[in-house]
Amino acid sequence: MFRFFLGRLAVLIPTFIGVSIIAFSFIRLLPGDPVALLSGERVMSPERHAEISAQLGLDRPIVIQYLDYLWGVLQGDFGTSISTKQPVLQQFMELFPATLELSLCAIIFAIILGIPAGVFAAIKRGTIFDQAIMGTALIGFSMPIFWWGLLLIILFSGILQWTPVSGRISLMYFFPSVTGFMLIDSLLSGQPGAFKSAVSHLILPTIVLGTIPLAVIARQTRSAMLEVLSEDYVRTARAKGLSAYRVVGIHALRNAMIPVVTTIGLQVGVMLAGAILTESIFSWPGIGKWMVDSVFRRDYPVIQGGLLIIAGIIMLVNLMVDLLYGLINPRIRH
Amino acid sequence: MFKKSTFVAALLAATVVSGVASAKTFVYCSEASPEGFDPGLYTAGTTFDASAHPVYSRLLEFKKGTTETEPALAESYEVSDDGLVYTFKLRPGVKFQTTDFFTPTRDLNADDVIFSFERQWKADNAWNKYVEGASWEYFAGMGMPDLLQSIEKVDDLTVKFTLKQQSAPFIANIAMPFASILSKEYADKLQAEGKMNQINQQPVGTGPFTFVGYQQDAVIRYKKNPDYWGDAPKIDDLVFAITTDASVRFQKLKAGECHLMPYPNAADVEAIKADSNLKVSEQEGLNVAYLAYNTTQAPFDKVEVRKALNMAINKQAIVDAVFQGAATTAKNPIPPTMWSYNNSIEDDKYDPDAAKAALEAAGVKDLSMKIWAMPVARPYMLNARRAAELIQSDFDKIGVKAEIVSYEWAEYLDKSKAKDRDGAVMLGWTGDNGDPDNFLDTLLGCDAVGGNNRAQWCNKEFDDLVTKAQQVTDVAERTKLYEQAQVVFKREAPWATLDHSLAIVPMRANVEGFVQSPLGDFTFDTVDITE
Repeated sequence: MFRFFLGRLAVLIPTFIGVSIIAFSFIRLLPGDPVALLSGERVMSPERHAEISAQLGLDRPIVIQYLDYLWGVLQGDFGTSISTKQPVLQQFMELFPATLELSLCAIIFAIILGIPAGVFAAIKRGTIFDQAIMGTALIGFSMPIFWWGLLLIILFSGILQWTPVSGRISLMYFFPSVTGFMLIDSLLSGQPGAFKSAVSHLILPTIVLGTIPLAVIARQTRSAMLEVLSEDYVRTARAKGLSAYRVVGIHALRNAMIPVVTTIGLQVGVMLAGAILTESIFSWPGIGKWMVDSVFRRDYPVIQGGLLIIAGIIMLVNLMVDLLYGLINPRIRH
Repeated sequence: MFKKSTFVAALLAATVVSGVASAKTFVYCSEASPEGFDPGLYTAGTTFDASAHPVYSRLLEFKKGTTETEPALAESYEVSDDGLVYTFKLRPGVKFQTTDFFTPTRDLNADDVIFSFERQWKADNAWNKYVEGASWEYFAGMGMPDLLQSIEKVDDLTVKFTLKQQSAPFIANIAMPFASILSKEYADKLQAEGKMNQINQQPVGTGPFTFVGYQQDAVIRYKKNPDYWGDAPKIDDLVFAITTDASVRFQKLKAGECHLMPYPNAADVEAIKADSNLKVSEQEGLNVAYLAYNTTQAPFDKVEVRKALNMAINKQAIVDAVFQGAATTAKNPIPPTMWSYNNSIEDDKYDPDAAKAALEAAGVKDLSMKIWAMPVARPYMLNARRAAELIQSDFDKIGVKAEIVSYEWAEYLDKSKAKDRDGAVMLGWTGDNGDPDNFLDTLLGCDAVGGNNRAQWCNKEFDDLVTKAQQVTDVAERTKLYEQAQVVFKREAPWATLDHSLAIVPMRANVEGFVQSPLGDFTFDTVDITE
C-alpha cells in the first residue's frame, strides 16, 4: 500500500510542474495588458507604463519570470495581487473556507440523494420510476447554473420568501471568524438564531451547486448497479435466499461503488468550476468569484496562484480517491 | 476572516446593535468588493465608495449633488495673483476617528496634509512603496507630479501648495478621492510597529463614518463617527452587503434585505418603478459615449464627411434600444450636469437624405469603413455591439458600407490609440472631478493625440481655448471659454456624440435624504430611514 502511495505521489510532481507552466503561460497568452488595465480608459504614458511594468517585474524575459515565480511558490510565496496589492496566499486562505463549506455541503447533498436515487432506478429498471429519475437527472445535468440559481432565488426568496436571497448569514449577526466555516462559527458565537440563519443561507447555493453532481452520481450509480446486479454472485446470493436488502445493500452496492467513488472524486473539479457561478449568483465570498474578477483584471499573480492551489487540491483529492479504491478493492493495490 | 484587532470592535458593535433597539442600521447592497481602503492606491469608484467617502475627508469636497467644490477640511483658501500658490487654512479642532486599533492624541494639522500628498508624490517617502506595486494611479493620472513644485507647512493650520504652472483644475483635483487626508500620527504608529500594510486594511480618517470591519467579498461595517466635523450622520450603522449580480441585488432590495442598491439591470427598472415599496432616483451621469473618426485619415479628414455621417446616425434609436430610455442623446462632448455645458448648441439633425446629399457634395462615393465596438458594457454604453449594428444600418441607408470590428478590452484600448488607425472608434468617458477640462482637454486636446484623443484631432482654435481656460481661475471666464470650445467642437465634428446615460438608483420607499452625485459616488452621511 505504501509503495502504491509513493508511485501515485511520483506522478503528482511532474503534473504539478506542468500545471504551474500552464497556469503561468495561459493567462499571458490572453491579449490584454494588466498594467494598461490599471488605468482603464485613461491612457497611461509609455514612460509610466514602463515604470510600472518594471516595478511588477513584467519587463523581464518570461522564462526568468516563471523561474522566479516557481522559486517563490516553493518557498510558499504566491506573489501579490496587482489590483488589491495583497498577498495571494493570504487572500486565498481567507476565502477558501467559504468555498470549501459550500462544496462539502453540495457534495454531501448530491451523495445522499444521488446514490439512493440511482439504486432505486436500477432496481426499478424500465419502470416509470426509473424513467422519471433518469429524466430528472438529465434535466439537472443540463441546467445552466446561472439560470437555475436565479430561478430558485425568484421562487423561494422572492415569491415564497422562505430563504434569504444571498450571502452567508444575516447581517444582524456579527462575530469573529474562528474556523472560517460559518456553520461552526455561528454555533461557537453563541448568538441565538445565528446557526439557523447560516443554515438558511446555505440551502439554495447547496442545491444549485449540488444539482449537476447529483445528476451525475445518480446516473453512474444506476449503470454500475445494473452491471453488478446481473453478475453471477448476485444471482447466487439471491438463490441462497438472502433478503433483497442484503443482496442489494451489501453484495451489489459495495461492488458498484468503485466507479461511483471515481465519479464523486471527479466531481470535485466540476464543483470548483460550478462554484465560480454559484458564488457569483449568491454573493458567496469564496474563491470562485475572486478568480473570475482576476481574469478580467489580468491579475496574473492571483490567477496563476489560485489555479495552482486549486489544481493542487484537486490532485490531492484524486490521490485520496486512488487510495480509497485500494481500500474498497484490494486487487487495485497491485 | 476578521483581523484580530477588529474582534473587539466587532463584538462591541454587535452588542450595540442588539442592545439599543432604536439604533438605525442602513444596508447598502454594493456591486463589488473594494480593492483596499487606501484611496490613493486605486482607481475604482467601488473602492472610493467604501474608503474615501465614508471614512475620509478632503481639503475641499464636492458640494452634494453638484460638481462644484466647497470648503471641507480647509475652511478657506487663497490663490496668489500669478495663480501658482494656493494657501489652505485648515479647520481647527478636526478629530481623527477613534477605533479599537488607534486612538488619536492630536487634532488634524498641516503635517497630515503634507503626509497625504507626499507619500504619493515623493519616491523617497517611506510610504511611497509600502505595498508591492503601489503606483498612485490617480495622483499620476491627474498630472500632479508634473504640476506640484512644493507643499509647505506655514503653521499648524496653514498649508501652502506651489505649482509649476497655472492650473485651474487643480482645485477640483484636491476634492478627488485620491486627495483624501490620512492621519500622519496613525501612519507613524504603524510604521514604528512594522505594520504599514494595515493602513490599507484598517483606515482611520476624519469622515462621517468610522471603519469597524471588513469580511472579504462579503460585508463591510461602519459606525457613525461621533467626532465628525460636519453635520452628524442620521444613521448609526452603515453596512455594505457586497452583492455582485444585479438581479440578485434587486431581489435583496425587494425582500428588504438592503435599503439601496447601485446599477440595476436596465430590464428591471420598470418593475422597480412599479413596486410601491421601492422608489428610484435618476440623474444624468457625468459621462459621454462617442464615435471618434480618425480625423487624420481620408476621407474623415474632411469636416463635411464627418458632418454627413453624424447626420445619418439615429441617436434616439440607440438610446431606446440599448438603454431602454435610461439615457439622453448627446450633442456636446460634456454632459448637461457639468458647468459650462453649452445648451444653445443645435445638434446635427437626423436626416439620411440630407446626409446622403452632403456626402455626394463632398465627392465621397462608395465609402466603406470600420466601426469599432467595445467588447464590454460600460456605464456610458451598455451594449456597444448593438449600438454599432444600429449605426451600421443607418450608414447603409446613405450608401456607406460599415464593418464592425472588436477586440478584447485591453487590446481595444491599446489599438484604438494608434494615429494611423483605420475607422471610427466607439468609446466614452466618465468624469473624474467634474471639471470640463477633464473632458475637453483630456479627450480632445492636441497633447492627447495618440493617447486619449481617439479622433487624433488637433485643432488650434479649440486647443487654445481649453489651454487658456486652464490658466484662468475665474469660473465665469472659464465657462465662456469652454462654451466657445464646444461651438468649435460642434462645427468641426471630430466625434459623433452618442449619449449620456442616466444613473438610476433604486431604494426602499422609506429611505430619505439620499443625494445622487453626478460623479457617480455613493455617500450616506445624509441618508435616513423613516418608519
